[in-house]
Amino acid sequence: MQSQKTMDTLVGLLLLAAIISLTILAFKVSGLTSFFKPEGYKVTVLFDDIGQLKVRAPVKIGGVKIGDVVNINLDPTTYRAVVTLYIDKRVNDIPDDSSVSILTAGLLGDNYIEITPMYSKTYLKDGSEVQDSHSAMILEKLIGQLLFKIGNTGNGDKK
Amino acid sequence: MSAIQTLGRWGIETTRGYGKAGVLLFRVLFHFPNIKKGFPLVIQQVYAEGVLSLLIIAVSSLFIGMVVGLQGYHTLVKFGAAQQLGTLVALSVTRELGPVVAALLFAGRAGSAVAAEIGLMKATEQLSSMEMMAVDPIRRVISPRLWGGFISMPLLTIIFNVIAIYGAYLVGVKWLGLDAGAFWSNMQASVDFHSDVLNGIIKSVVFGLVVTWIAVFQGYEAAPTSAGIASATTRTVVYSSLAILGLDFVLTTMMIGDW
Repeated sequence: MQSQKTMDTLVGLLLLAAIISLTILAFKVSGLTSFFKPEGYKVTVLFDDIGQLKVRAPVKIGGVKIGDVVNINLDPTTYRAVVTLYIDKRVNDIPDDSSVSILTAGLLGDNYIEITPMYSKTYLKDGSEVQDSHSAMILEKLIGQLLFKIGNTGNGDKK
Repeated sequence: MSAIQTLGRWGIETTRGYGKAGVLLFRVLFHFPNIKKGFPLVIQQVYAEGVLSLLIIAVSSLFIGMVVGLQGYHTLVKFGAAQQLGTLVALSVTRELGPVVAALLFAGRAGSAVAAEIGLMKATEQLSSMEMMAVDPIRRVISPRLWGGFISMPLLTIIFNVIAIYGAYLVGVKWLGLDAGAFWSNMQASVDFHSDVLNGIIKSVVFGLVVTWIAVFQGYEAAPTSAGIASATTRTVVYSSLAILGLDFVLTTMMIGDW
């Protein structure tokens, strides 16, 4: 048996190792950054259909992550989805006529938001609303449209 | 007729065992030890159960991480998804492998030691002599061991998780040449602190309580002979392993069902 002091020290070291590990798990592994969020500004976008978009999905320009989705709501009068984006304040010169679309990473990946910058000289700022939005592509709907078209052409041939 | 008697006796004994275990847990949890006297005892037990288990936890977690990294890489690369290795490893380790394997190792390393120690104390009548001196053996012996295990299990699991993920990093990035940035960023994008990391730690808290509870109970109720101590040790390891794996399924169902 060690003396009580040595034991205290060793237990202290165990606790310290556990605390350091928990910090690594929190920040390096799970990317928990909501405690100190980088400063930024909020922009809302209205979509007809957001597909599988989730809160915390990344917002990208040209593939580079510049922020994330912080809130998804339904507008009760127009029944459109209101998506709030939180964009890093270093990226403060996005033209306000940029188009915002929901894309899918890979064939089966998660949805993310891609902003395609346009040419306006006024920039997006906190609270502004983007007009030009493109809904998520939903595979089932596309297949439905495709089948509908094939069906139509088939009928046309018969006539 | 005697078969029915045996069955009946077995039923009564089993139920009585569960009752005794429940009473023991209740006495440990609700008869608070004197903080000033009890705290050093708990520290001693965190040392004996936690610090001394660190080596086996660290070494096995490193190898488990490395082997999951290697296996995962060779499976993922067939689908062209080797970039997702970090995600695969981090999710499987924080959700399942970390809590479960750490608890199994803990049951083998610390649980059996606790059961044997208490069983020997009982066999050599140290527990009854404590009672003679008006020292409550539950407060002096049982309670610090249970609290010690309860505290050390989550700490060991957290350390296990981190070392295993770094083991996979070692294999995936340093050896097989994946991109380090993709490894970490894909991991961060899909691991959620609350639903993955914290739920894993909640599991380990439950396992810690169950393993030390079984160990303490088996030791305390062991037959005071050398064969009794041997069977108490064996039963500790067997029962706690079964309890860990069974409870893991129950806890996972609860966590996935957003309870």
